[in-house]
Amino acid sequence: MTMVNQGGESAFTEYVTATIGGQLFGLPISRVQDVFKPERLTRVPLASNEVAGVLNLRGRIVTAIDMRARLGLLTQEADRPPMAVGVELRGESYGLLIDSIGEVMALPDDSREVNPANLDPRMTEMSAGVHRLDGQLMVVLDVDRILEIAPDKLAA
Amino acid sequence: MDDLLREFLTETNESLDTVDNQLVSFEQDPNNAKILDNIFRLVHTIKGTCGFLGLPRLEALAHAAETLMGKFRDGMPVTGEAVTLILSTIDRIRDILGQLEATETEPEGSDTDLIELLHHMAEHGASEAAASSPEPAAEAPAAETAGTLTYQILERQLRPGEVSLDDLERAFRETEVESAAPAAPQPAPVPQPASATPAPAAAPKTAVKAAPKKAEDTPESDRVSHQSIRVNVDTLEHLMTMVSELVLTRNQLLEISRRHEDNEFKVPLQRLSNVTAELQEGVMKTRMQPIGNAWQKLPRIVRDLSSELGKQIELEMHGADTELDRQVLDLIKDPLTHMVRNSADHGLETPAERVKAGKPEQGTIRLLAYHEGGHIIICIADNGRGLNTERIKAKAIQNGLATEAELEKMTEAQIHKFIFAPGFSTAAAVTAVSGRGVGMDVVRSNIDQIGGTIDVKSVAGEGSSITVKIPLTLAIVSALIVEAAGERYAIPQLSVVELVRVRADSEHRIERIKDTPVLRLRNKLLPLMHLKKLLKIDDGASSDPENGFIVVTQVGNQTFGIVVDGVFHTEEIVVKPMSTMLRHIGMFSGNTILGDGAVIMIIDPNGIAHALGASVATQQEIADGHGAGSGDAEQMTSLLVFRAGSEQPKAVPLALVTRLEEIAVGKIEISDGRYMVQYREQLMPLVLMEGVSVGTAGSQAVLVFADEGRAAGLVVDEIIDIVEERLNIEVASNQQGILGSAVIKGRATDVIDIGHFLPMAFSDWFKRKEMRADAATRSVLLVDDSAFFRNMLAPVLKAAGYQVRLATNAQEGLVVLRSGQEFDAILTDIEMPDMNGFEFAETVRSDRRLSATPIIALSSMISPAAIERGRQAGFHDYVAKFDRPGLIAALKEQTAETSRVAA
Repeated sequence: MTMVNQGGESAFTEYVTATIGGQLFGLPISRVQDVFKPERLTRVPLASNEVAGVLNLRGRIVTAIDMRARLGLLTQEADRPPMAVGVELRGESYGLLIDSIGEVMALPDDSREVNPANLDPRMTEMSAGVHRLDGQLMVVLDVDRILEIAPDKLAA
Repeated sequence: MDDLLREFLTETNESLDTVDNQLVSFEQDPNNAKILDNIFRLVHTIKGTCGFLGLPRLEALAHAAETLMGKFRDGMPVTGEAVTLILSTIDRIRDILGQLEATETEPEGSDTDLIELLHHMAEHGASEAAASSPEPAAEAPAAETAGTLTYQILERQLRPGEVSLDDLERAFRETEVESAAPAAPQPAPVPQPASATPAPAAAPKTAVKAAPKKAEDTPESDRVSHQSIRVNVDTLEHLMTMVSELVLTRNQLLEISRRHEDNEFKVPLQRLSNVTAELQEGVMKTRMQPIGNAWQKLPRIVRDLSSELGKQIELEMHGADTELDRQVLDLIKDPLTHMVRNSADHGLETPAERVKAGKPEQGTIRLLAYHEGGHIIICIADNGRGLNTERIKAKAIQNGLATEAELEKMTEAQIHKFIFAPGFSTAAAVTAVSGRGVGMDVVRSNIDQIGGTIDVKSVAGEGSSITVKIPLTLAIVSALIVEAAGERYAIPQLSVVELVRVRADSEHRIERIKDTPVLRLRNKLLPLMHLKKLLKIDDGASSDPENGFIVVTQVGNQTFGIVVDGVFHTEEIVVKPMSTMLRHIGMFSGNTILGDGAVIMIIDPNGIAHALGASVATQQEIADGHGAGSGDAEQMTSLLVFRAGSEQPKAVPLALVTRLEEIAVGKIEISDGRYMVQYREQLMPLVLMEGVSVGTAGSQAVLVFADEGRAAGLVVDEIIDIVEERLNIEVASNQQGILGSAVIKGRATDVIDIGHFLPMAFSDWFKRKEMRADAATRSVLLVDDSAFFRNMLAPVLKAAGYQVRLATNAQEGLVVLRSGQEFDAILTDIEMPDMNGFEFAETVRSDRRLSATPIIALSSMISPAAIERGRQAGFHDYVAKFDRPGLIAALKEQTAETSRVAA
């Protein structure tokens, strides 16, 4: 699932970076279909609070995931996040709602560190490790785990 | 894979299916030369094609089978063994083809066993057939000349314009040589939907198959298929998706154009719109297929089962040309096969058993398909032994689906429904439970998946039938777009009965009984549910309680109203499946993109019915929904609970109450010493219950009872609630107007006797039109184990001018009947201990002296299955317990009939 660069000793993975609730996250570029502005989001009653709603993206119905809620990040801003990262899982389209999109970074796999033990369990569940960047940390997100919203959580 | 080989495989598989069917019909009708010709031609085609593709094993087999078929054509009698032999040959061919498909080479092996049998059969038959032809088939089957020889002999009656098969074979052998150059595209039959082998769209075909067809006397159906081309299913699917997108885009454009009045796009857009609509229709049509395609394999299956099980089975198929969407067709194919197999295996008895039961030896399985509304109805019926209720009961207890006590209270139809319960019958249970239902739960879930419903009817000893109702298409449906809490939702038009606009000042308004909103609609109280509340957006309390739109929806036999804030229009929507993340939400069946580009959710009326089920379900639904173990399968009655005169709550069956009113005290007048109110331009007398006094200000709660244009009101202090309870009057009362006490919602509650109060309003309440000079002489026997109903109905019947004799159970009823007393009609409850109403009716019917007396069933459980069961038990009519006008009407009709007969 990650694009691996075999040049040299260590392999590189390219990440699309995004901020959600003030934190920097990285999504493996191989999983990202597109980045778009979510418009006309229809909320789905009875769905999990992590499902922000559904929207029409060029004729496809995309399920928007509220990443702040999904990651358990407290939201200061009450407004809907202005950007979304499009991903796919088993032929279905999802949009991960984020606050802002950053640059694409190629980072060596061997500099990725395991999740700190005291990381929020919710984030640990969806994180594939942490990269130390200049001045900040980037949490690598595991797209498959993000989209595993168990029905028993739904009523939460 | 080689194109030629692939083409051959697709074609041969199709031919094989056709041969299967034709052989079975041939066995039944051996004199039908046309069928014989068809089969012969098909086998021959297989043989010829195998010959030039270099598949010697297949060729030899087909050849031997063909030789035998040739004998039949020459007049050899067709025997069951012969058909079996040919069928097993065809099975072998199919096996080889399967391996051929997988490995692209003919598998190793020998078929001499079958070939010898075939030859033997052919020779044996030939000697009997008085040497009408020289024996041709003894030669090595693989040799090409052998084939040629055979045809020369067989094809001896050429009609004008026909070409001999010999010539044809030669012709396509020659074609073979130059097969690299594609022959002119020949029309081919439409591919079967399930055919796994992909066929290139409109592939140019060699003359192999078409050539013999040209020469033969092609039957009607084949000729039709000549006008069709072979199209890959994927291509059609893709086309459908594209058209769906086009429809959406068109809707979007129309929406934009609507906003900009007077623009130059209008005219071309209108044209685009029309063309799109036509295109959509056209593409939808390509997806439609006759249901016969799903039935094609059934004759063979039934035939195999009948010889395997030693039963004589006739398979009747009606409405095979009924068309439905191929997606739906694919989904029901397996369930249908399964149900037919069940009927043959478990439903029908062996010939010996049938003879013993006084039935013809041959059992019949009937398949029936027809359109009804936007649905297609498929019925699979057999005239076998019916479901084994006892076994199902035992299994239900064993699986913990219900307790014995619960089962006791259920009707047969309710018990039969257990066959659909998940895991009810596993493969291991088939032998243990010889009842039906091998994997019927799977069948049900398959049918549920496509929004269909399934129902079973069974009468012991008479047979059973399963009715499946499925939507025609899943792709595009007409939906009503509604609004709730600022969001739009689509409700499939199919389940919408009507729309009611409610306003505070109009005739239709929403009323509340405590927290339960209801609507009076044509003298019925309709349970209401706010869509907002259902979707948990808010509790619906904040919305305008008096105004709104009610979408009256029907699911099965349940009718309810969905309250929405607004109704927009109807739109053809393209149903898109929901994300797996949302699929657990039962309220929605999918989502769609509207013309303006917004995504909206599609409401699933079944889901809403389910949510409502707990509170307003009919008896039947309760039994269904709670079949999984709770004790709710007991008889439930909707009761209106109110307070009048004392703190102790009182109750009356809701179904008896026509309306609930809050009448301003100022409007209540006193006339002739009685309270009256002007109500709907009539004077309505009010009856005060003991201890109730009309206040001096405010309003007064009144229960309105109406009958044939007259209404009377019962003044009460306060309406408390509507509850669904099992009405069990535990302590009878001596007090006037009270039937007795029952525990309702944990409180002792007086159940009032309406029959006592209504005559206080109109002394002739119960004695009007029905009262005729001769009516008084009519007598009725009322059999009911429930004191409540005896007490409720007896005054009604008396008031209608009948002499009533009561019996507390079926035995007592029989005793009374046999004592010589004569009755004009018998009314009986269905659910009674020891002997139920059906058995009672059967007993009465079988008594020669009594059989002429009309007998009417009274039941709180009215379902088509129960009515059917009732009809078979010999009931003249079937009336709901609370349907007083219906009862009187039925009585009048039945007694009128007897007097006519007597006259």
